[in-house]
Amino acid sequence: MDFGGINPVILIATLMASAVPILLAALGETVVERAGVLNLGVEGMMVIGALGGFIVAVHSGSPLLGFLGGAVAGALLSLIFAALTQVFLANQVATGLALTLFGLGVSSLGGQGYNGIKPPATGQLLPDALAKLPVVGPIVFGHDWVVYFSIFMTAALWWVLKATRIGLIIRAVGESHEAAHALGYKVNRIRLMCIAFGGAMAGIGGAYLSLIRVPQWVDGITAGAGWIALAIVVFASWKPWRVLLGAWLFGGITVLQLNLQVAGSGIPVEYLSMAPYLITILVLVIMSAGRRGKANGAPASLGQNFHASR
Amino acid sequence: MLRLEKRPTPSRFWLYATPPVAVILTMVAGGILFATMGKNPFEVIRTIFWDPLFGPFAFYLRGQLLVKAGPLILIAIGLALGFRAGIWNIGAEGQYIMGAIFGASVGLAVFPTESRWIFPVMILAGAFGGWLWAMIPAILKTKFNTNEILVSLMLVYVAQTILAKAATGFLKNPEGMGFPGSRNFSGYPAAQNAYLYEPLGLHWGGVAALVTAVLAYVLLTRHQAGFQIRLAGQAPRAARFHGVNPVRLVVLCMGISGALAGLAGLFEVAGPAGQITIDFNTGYGFTAIIVAFLGRLNPLGIVLAGFLMALTYVGGEMAATSLGLPTAAIQVFQGMLLFFLLAVDVLTNYRFRLAVGAH
Repeated sequence: MDFGGINPVILIATLMASAVPILLAALGETVVERAGVLNLGVEGMMVIGALGGFIVAVHSGSPLLGFLGGAVAGALLSLIFAALTQVFLANQVATGLALTLFGLGVSSLGGQGYNGIKPPATGQLLPDALAKLPVVGPIVFGHDWVVYFSIFMTAALWWVLKATRIGLIIRAVGESHEAAHALGYKVNRIRLMCIAFGGAMAGIGGAYLSLIRVPQWVDGITAGAGWIALAIVVFASWKPWRVLLGAWLFGGITVLQLNLQVAGSGIPVEYLSMAPYLITILVLVIMSAGRRGKANGAPASLGQNFHASR
Repeated sequence: MLRLEKRPTPSRFWLYATPPVAVILTMVAGGILFATMGKNPFEVIRTIFWDPLFGPFAFYLRGQLLVKAGPLILIAIGLALGFRAGIWNIGAEGQYIMGAIFGASVGLAVFPTESRWIFPVMILAGAFGGWLWAMIPAILKTKFNTNEILVSLMLVYVAQTILAKAATGFLKNPEGMGFPGSRNFSGYPAAQNAYLYEPLGLHWGGVAALVTAVLAYVLLTRHQAGFQIRLAGQAPRAARFHGVNPVRLVVLCMGISGALAGLAGLFEVAGPAGQITIDFNTGYGFTAIIVAFLGRLNPLGIVLAGFLMALTYVGGEMAATSLGLPTAAIQVFQGMLLFFLLAVDVLTNYRFRLAVGAH
């Protein structure tokens, strides 16, 4: 059942795995943006998470601790952003960019001496008997735990944002920080926690790249994944399930173009490797067209700093 | 407890004091960073900030300053115009690459013709390439309301792929023994961006940067378009009532910044870099963002900031060769500078007050 040398079952199974980094980062950023904060430093937090996770995993020999390390590294870096925008009230766009530049610099500085090392391997979660089943085996049962974690987080965030008190508070802060403040919520403190959560998620996403996808440390390992995650949040209209859809679509395109490169489709390699970025642009255009003004689903206070004057 | 209080009007003192204070704080924090890496912080700071100007090799390194500052200033001025109007062109790196490819293609297409018109046409082609690449996010923004930050950034990755294709494919030197990279412009006088005055490192790119700074200053302070840019950034609603056309403003700001980035790319590839290679671009497009903010989005401030940033590049290279400091440390250092700048900037619009008792 191959189409032009590409097996659809394997394709679906691989796209689910290859979507994990951007899915996790985009889910984190969704929460951050729903709280009214635009953190453009996702790329920086991912790359720091990739390095932090890699270092911890290599030294401890445990991939699980590695992912934890990635989360901590991403959250720590995001706290710089949180301090600058929530305490010093700096421009969020500029600070986010600075975070990305800084993160890329720190990671390439800290990553020296880690090139060419293999991290401890993460195996599939479920027993081989299930994973060997035809069709459903590779797609449903054959993954490592992070893939299931990413799907679980999608459902969890959907539920938290939609049905819980915490979700309501986060959305209130993002839609109208003045009103939330008047109700007695500590706007900047809530935003700070959301930013740290977003940093941790981006960090885990980055660690997935260096521990499972690649798996080794390469300078600039994220190659724009953080920016694509930001685009997916817009594509998803700030809704978790649509983030999942967007990330899988994107993962599918990435895997497909890699498969086409290997299969020797006759399309030049350069044009194939441009495809993910061009398709992201195309999707952004389709999503933003016809939704001028307020009705595009963006949180109303997105990107605005809050200073309690009273 | 300290608490922030909004100033009735922005402080003029802190507007100008912020960059120097941020530089000093960065030196302190950078010194601590270098110390943890096992280097003598005072030696490193001196190598970066003092030796290129007054050290034993200053006669050569001073020239390198303008070589590095030129493209940074050129790009940063374009970005600053947009940033002032609230238009965020983050993809200058891509526009820089496309300017270099367009300009170099023109020069290489007519190789080895000798005519004094070749270089001017290359300059036009470079500016056009950058302008064209910036028009993609501009038009998508005005037609479809697409986020220009994300689109311009995605296009950087696309431009890098095109650059790889150019260096290994359509612009590859046919006499290059199969090595990637185009013909070297240093062997093609009609298309070369040669030094006008070598001791200062002055080539046409440096001239363009300084002239652009003056023109941009005049535009912002004396011209209707400059007024509209400032108005749109500070009071978007007022700008609409004033009759500012947002579509034209986006096209104007993105176009100028793209063309300037393209120019910088052309001057670099035909001059100091010499040829199209896979990695001839060195991240000027991203560093220019720091330069624009460090210069307070003011063209004359950007000139100063460009030289300061060039100093960290030149000094950083010195520190890399003589003290073994990793080049990535300089990138971290530049990132820290922007952080401190953004943090200290709070004092322009706010002041710290001691909260006394209950209020």
